[in-house]
Amino acid sequence: MNTTVAQHPEIDISHHPLIGRGARESARLTREWFDSLTEVSRRGETAAYVFVLGSLVEVLRNFDMPIVFPEIGALQHAVRGTAEDLLKESEDYGYSPDICGYLKADVAMHLKGREHPMGQIPKSSLIVTTNGCNTYFKWAECWERMYDTPIVTIDVPYARAANGESVIGDREFKFEVAYVSSQIKELIAECERVTKKKFDIDKFRETLHHSNVMAKYYLKVLDLNANRPAVFGALTDGLAYLGMVNTYRGTAEGARYFQELYEEMEFRVKNGIGAISRKNGKDVVLEQKFRLGLLGGPCYPIFRSFNEFFTDWGGIFVNVGYGNYASGGLRANYEFDLQNPIESYAEGTLLAVRNTQTGILYSEFDIESEMSKFGLDGIVYHGIKSCRTASSGLADRRIRNAQTLGLPSLMLESDIVDPRAVSKAQMKNRADAFFEGMISRQQKTGAAN
Amino acid sequence: MKTDTVLFNEWQGLNLDQIISLCQEMMEDETFPIVKKWRDRGGKVVGHFQVYFPEEIAHACGVLPVRIRGGRSEGVLASQHFGSYLCSILKTSLDLAMSKNIVLDLFVSSPICDGARNIAAIWGRNFSYKAEVLHLPQNPNSAAAVTFLREEYARLARDIEAAGGRKLTDAVLRKSLVLYNRSRSLIRDIYRIRRMTPWKLQAHESLALVGMAGLLPREEFTTLMEAVIPMIEARQGREQDKMRVVFEGGFCEVPPFDLLHAVSRSCYVVDDDLYIGLRWLLGDVPTDGDPLANLAAAYIEDSSYSPVQHDNNKLKEAMLIKRIRESGAEAVILAAAKMCEPGLDEQVAYSKALDAEGIPYFISEFEENQSTFDDITIQMETFLENIMFDEAQTGEAR
Repeated sequence: MNTTVAQHPEIDISHHPLIGRGARESARLTREWFDSLTEVSRRGETAAYVFVLGSLVEVLRNFDMPIVFPEIGALQHAVRGTAEDLLKESEDYGYSPDICGYLKADVAMHLKGREHPMGQIPKSSLIVTTNGCNTYFKWAECWERMYDTPIVTIDVPYARAANGESVIGDREFKFEVAYVSSQIKELIAECERVTKKKFDIDKFRETLHHSNVMAKYYLKVLDLNANRPAVFGALTDGLAYLGMVNTYRGTAEGARYFQELYEEMEFRVKNGIGAISRKNGKDVVLEQKFRLGLLGGPCYPIFRSFNEFFTDWGGIFVNVGYGNYASGGLRANYEFDLQNPIESYAEGTLLAVRNTQTGILYSEFDIESEMSKFGLDGIVYHGIKSCRTASSGLADRRIRNAQTLGLPSLMLESDIVDPRAVSKAQMKNRADAFFEGMISRQQKTGAAN
Repeated sequence: MKTDTVLFNEWQGLNLDQIISLCQEMMEDETFPIVKKWRDRGGKVVGHFQVYFPEEIAHACGVLPVRIRGGRSEGVLASQHFGSYLCSILKTSLDLAMSKNIVLDLFVSSPICDGARNIAAIWGRNFSYKAEVLHLPQNPNSAAAVTFLREEYARLARDIEAAGGRKLTDAVLRKSLVLYNRSRSLIRDIYRIRRMTPWKLQAHESLALVGMAGLLPREEFTTLMEAVIPMIEARQGREQDKMRVVFEGGFCEVPPFDLLHAVSRSCYVVDDDLYIGLRWLLGDVPTDGDPLANLAAAYIEDSSYSPVQHDNNKLKEAMLIKRIRESGAEAVILAAAKMCEPGLDEQVAYSKALDAEGIPYFISEFEENQSTFDDITIQMETFLENIMFDEAQTGEAR
């Protein structure tokens, strides 16, 4: 606590070429990704639709398939304020107010010709889903019905109980990886059928190499936030990194992006330049008094305001659970073996996708553990109506963590996409009370010492 | 069976109405007296959350499999452990365990929906016995699904053994398959009666009888069904001029008996998906060869449908229309439990398909805890009147 660290006095953060490079590059690459999809759509061509909890893009890139991440498209609707009309439209179509808003916003967008604030989304020619979320299946079935598109599922067994994951080489792991391996081969066969192209194993190796480099540097970047000050806001900046992790996974650009991002962040660590935010048209280094972890999901309808509930008090999110699960479980820290690509890919997919579920359902190690390197002062739990997967267990985890960690915590509920489920004033009140409580706790601790 | 002593014999000597009433009472009894009796005799219990569970494995290990299906609890103890926006059954199931109304030796759930995929983890944080996931394949279309499931069943068996069950052997499992094949054929008989002569057994009565399969040792359930089916067939009554409907949407959380009773006053519910897990396997599981593999194959290859399973070979709206056609239904109640995402999602696809087929339907939501049924009664009456009016108009036009 009281961790505000002054930046290096000779560095002008607004004009230094390294500082802010990652943010600028992610914005450029995101635009390029949407532009490329728009071009595909305008040409009347199609794309593969995938999800973030295990996208299998390394296989799809082998067939040069353009790739759509509907979750990223939906969150953009929320951030850009176009979600509410789409939600109402899908409810008029028949969808209940009580189901996932991502699905509803996306379906309505499709019903309206796939126009998106960032461009136009192509129709689907193949849908790849994992079992990371049950709504994925329902969502996939929507496009299946709209476009008569085949669905390929990659079903990944996850830990059956807390701390109950199979271990590489044991009996359970062997039958799990055999199952995943078969499904990956079936996915390859389906891609060959849909694209009429042959699978190229050397190209696959190259793609896996890029993914290896990306994962390595993504994790190194996340780990840099263990430093004081934290060098990026895991809630806000971290979202941009997640966009890159997903949309540029398996590409040379993606690998380079994270190498360069690491270079920037390492520089900032060395020079004590903490997370930066834009205020009144200027880049400013955020004051950091409280290091926070977040479990659950972001609040995209009021994305900046939500973050400011915390930064206004000197709170900084140094680690967020969705930084792991929405990266497809990269925290599993698996490096694909390029000499044995298919088997290794099956093993890595199993470990990574199940890692998403370990964090979502059981425990996020670097947040809910005394061993966490991030030195947290508190945990914020944000339950979201649209995602029961990531939200249903939060209240129970809060009870458990209060007993085991003794950290101050805040429970909020709203939504990831639906502004009608967001009560901004109430949430701010609760955030204010959370900080007042933490300050009071600090004062008591100080007085006792 | 742990013991030869019958746990539930109060029904013997009663007439059909009394038996049904007693079964409903047992189903609604939040203190689970049958399970308590079993435990008092030293028996072990595995509680399994909806929808499907291979009870044969627990049975062969000498453990009582009990369907955890929520209840009419207030949910006070469990409420602080859940967020908002959740269906009732998750909360009340945990509440019944927290209130010690039901004590288990092992809890098993499957990732049937986004909420339920959390329930084993929550359970595991709150009880000293093991709570785990049974990974029923969510890619039934993979050529490897059956092999995987066979191994997953073997893993489950090891956990049941560790929870106090006896060692699973092929020979004993085969006997369990025979018993469960017989009991499922009796459940099919119940549904056959409802399709052929729906005036002999109403939906809520059927639920009370069939639901006992999730509570009683299966030997006792089979004996009970063998006794009541002839009574149902012999039941006096005349067919009334009621519309034949399918009730869809009770695959996990089920509506209260009184709601089904209210529906049955104005129409014949000739088929439904209530406790579909009990009827998930459509035919007899072969008893030759590897019994675990046979059980796994039956789950994948010879099974029913529900909104919680995606199967490229079982397009759900096509399956619903098949159910409607085979039961001779004229209309559908497309229900969903409140906050049930899979059910609510599927309502849209179902309604579009029914529109295309010209099959009348109405959409409704329910909750296991609800105690007033005015809405659905009015909805039902209005719906039926509209259909009759439409039919009259069509007749006049001819």
